[in-house]
Amino acid sequence: MYGKGLRTLSIATALTLTGAFALALFYAPMDADQGFLQKIFYLHVPMAIVSLCGFVAGGVFAIQHLRSGDRRHDLRSYVAIHMSLILGVGTLVTGSIWARASWGHWWLWDEPTLVSFLIVFLLYACYQPLRFAIEDPDRQARYASVFAIVAGAFVPLNFMVVRMAQQKVHPRVLSASSNLPGEMWLVFIVSLLGMTLLYITLWRYEMAAKNVRGQIRKLRRRLGADVVAGRSAAPQ
Amino acid sequence: MPSPPSTDTPAIELDGLERRYGERVALAGVSLTLPRGAVLAVLGPNGAGKSTLLRVLATLLRPHGGTVKVLGEDLPGGAWKVRGRIGYLGHQPLLYRDLSARENLLLHARLHRVARVRVDEMLDAVGLTRRAEDPLHTFSRGMVQRCSVARTVLHDPDLVLLDEPRANLDPAAAEIIEPLLEGRTRVMTSHDPRDAERAEVVLGLREGHPHAIDGLYAVPAHAGTAPRADRRTQDGAR
Amino acid sequence: MTPLSALLRKELRLEWRTREAVPAMALFSVTTFVVFHFGLQRDAVDGALAAGVLWVTLLFAAMLGANRLFVSDSEDGALEGILLAPIDRTALYAAKAIAFAAYLAIVEIVAVPAFYLLLLGPSAGGAVPGLLAVLGLADIGIALTGTLVSGLATRTRSRDLLVSLLGLPLLMPVIIAAARATTPLLAAAGPGDLPGRWLAVLALYDLVIGLIALAVFDFLLED
Repeated sequence: MYGKGLRTLSIATALTLTGAFALALFYAPMDADQGFLQKIFYLHVPMAIVSLCGFVAGGVFAIQHLRSGDRRHDLRSYVAIHMSLILGVGTLVTGSIWARASWGHWWLWDEPTLVSFLIVFLLYACYQPLRFAIEDPDRQARYASVFAIVAGAFVPLNFMVVRMAQQKVHPRVLSASSNLPGEMWLVFIVSLLGMTLLYITLWRYEMAAKNVRGQIRKLRRRLGADVVAGRSAAPQ
Repeated sequence: MPSPPSTDTPAIELDGLERRYGERVALAGVSLTLPRGAVLAVLGPNGAGKSTLLRVLATLLRPHGGTVKVLGEDLPGGAWKVRGRIGYLGHQPLLYRDLSARENLLLHARLHRVARVRVDEMLDAVGLTRRAEDPLHTFSRGMVQRCSVARTVLHDPDLVLLDEPRANLDPAAAEIIEPLLEGRTRVMTSHDPRDAERAEVVLGLREGHPHAIDGLYAVPAHAGTAPRADRRTQDGAR
Repeated sequence: MTPLSALLRKELRLEWRTREAVPAMALFSVTTFVVFHFGLQRDAVDGALAAGVLWVTLLFAAMLGANRLFVSDSEDGALEGILLAPIDRTALYAAKAIAFAAYLAIVEIVAVPAFYLLLLGPSAGGAVPGLLAVLGLADIGIALTGTLVSGLATRTRSRDLLVSLLGLPLLMPVIIAAARATTPLLAAAGPGDLPGRWLAVLALYDLVIGLIALAVFDFLLED
């Protein structure tokens, strides 16, 4: 079910991302102060946005899971959070590179997006250990959903509070997100689109892979093979 | 669709009850009917699923398949309606060991909206009045079990679920609690086939499947509903 | 007597009987102040540094206490006895959270004066009503989140670790707001104005977390 249209999606993603990179490298104007490495902004911010949206989506799927009891929603929630964590690592790495380019330090406490992202990342990094610590699969799914909902609601709240706290921020960094000249906006939008497509494609790939694995287990069980599941953090 | 509560409504109606633990089957297709006022004995070796069955009936576990009706209400949807009318005695005492017997029973009474005098009555009935103010961790296992029985019947439940009630009790204590359970609709688990002799309905379980135990089959209840446990073959296949 | 008050009385009575959480939290706080003295190599702190030391200590003490919240319920299946009762299970969460907030308040009655005595600079201090407001709102937030996280972690294998790993990020807004709000109150030149903005943030956090916890806590109790 998730494999349908995957090829088209992958091609679209690859095209959009390549386009975004090309635009970023050649079309977007070079920033006077920060130089070439500033262009990593076109990677960093879209990744952060998509990642955060993915976390919130994980929370939405979790709500559906608790309301319906259908474990497929739990699987969607798990994959969404998983993908967001991967993009999250990318966000932190690119954010660090950007900080180095702008300020010469590998970390910026002044950038609210980066800081609140770190907090959110630290929180969601516990998602898999939490799942792994619960053996009963039903309870694992339920507790994971509770966590995903609480954490998902926490994301906007946290962002708001951190932003308030850093309000004496250096103007340059703030302007990077709000006062962009036209060309930069275009590259930013294309890049955002590319990241979103990347996320959706990877999400569908992992859903398809998990579904296939689940169906193989079902078939093996029906054939009578003794399918003993080891402890696992992933939904089954 | 709620059925009007009446003495004709069976206390328990199970049809194909299933409960899994991950991929392992804990209960596979249990069906039976228990009329009001009757006793159900659940027999089987360890790990057969007897405790799981009782916990599903107590609304502590949700059924994963089939239908479960307790005191006329479907579980798990109607669980909140029947909770106050079920008494459950499990392997664990379900009491706070740092509180006294009286404090534990008072808490229970308040949560079940039962008058305080009942607490004194029950303490007296199980012979714990003298030690009522001592914390539970100073009690012997037999005394804890007696307190647990008091907790089970404190709110005068319509259905009592007993998981090996005579464990930890010496014969004198067993005699003390017997009148508290007499006359109530109840489900008892046991290893001992002799308990089946005093029951109106008998269910044998082995590895979650209804199973004949020692040649015993499900004894038809007075209402004439024969539980389907006897139609299972030896290895539990349908 | 309502189920909520019956459960709350049970919580408080158990803590009084066993004295597990509160003395440990209070002692931990005072010890940590001494640790800070040596770690920071200072005789006195004020302003932002003072606010930071105070709130970090209270937060870690709270994590210590949160670990113990559901222990007595897990022994002997006591929690199941409550689950069998015909009550709204939200009362369970509410009773625990109220009790935890009470424990935090008692700990602060010991810890805050100790902080004043041990670490606070001579001219700093005063502004007690402001401090009480911050402590109150922050305690509510810590109690709500701590109870939720403790309930989540209690039936897992790595309970103690998970309480802190989950609780600290979730409480980050509380520490941000509480520290910012407390900083002017502990200024070296004498207490300044209490920034109402940060009190509003604390109140908002309390509201959001409270509503969410009430909505999801039941799912932690079902099986």
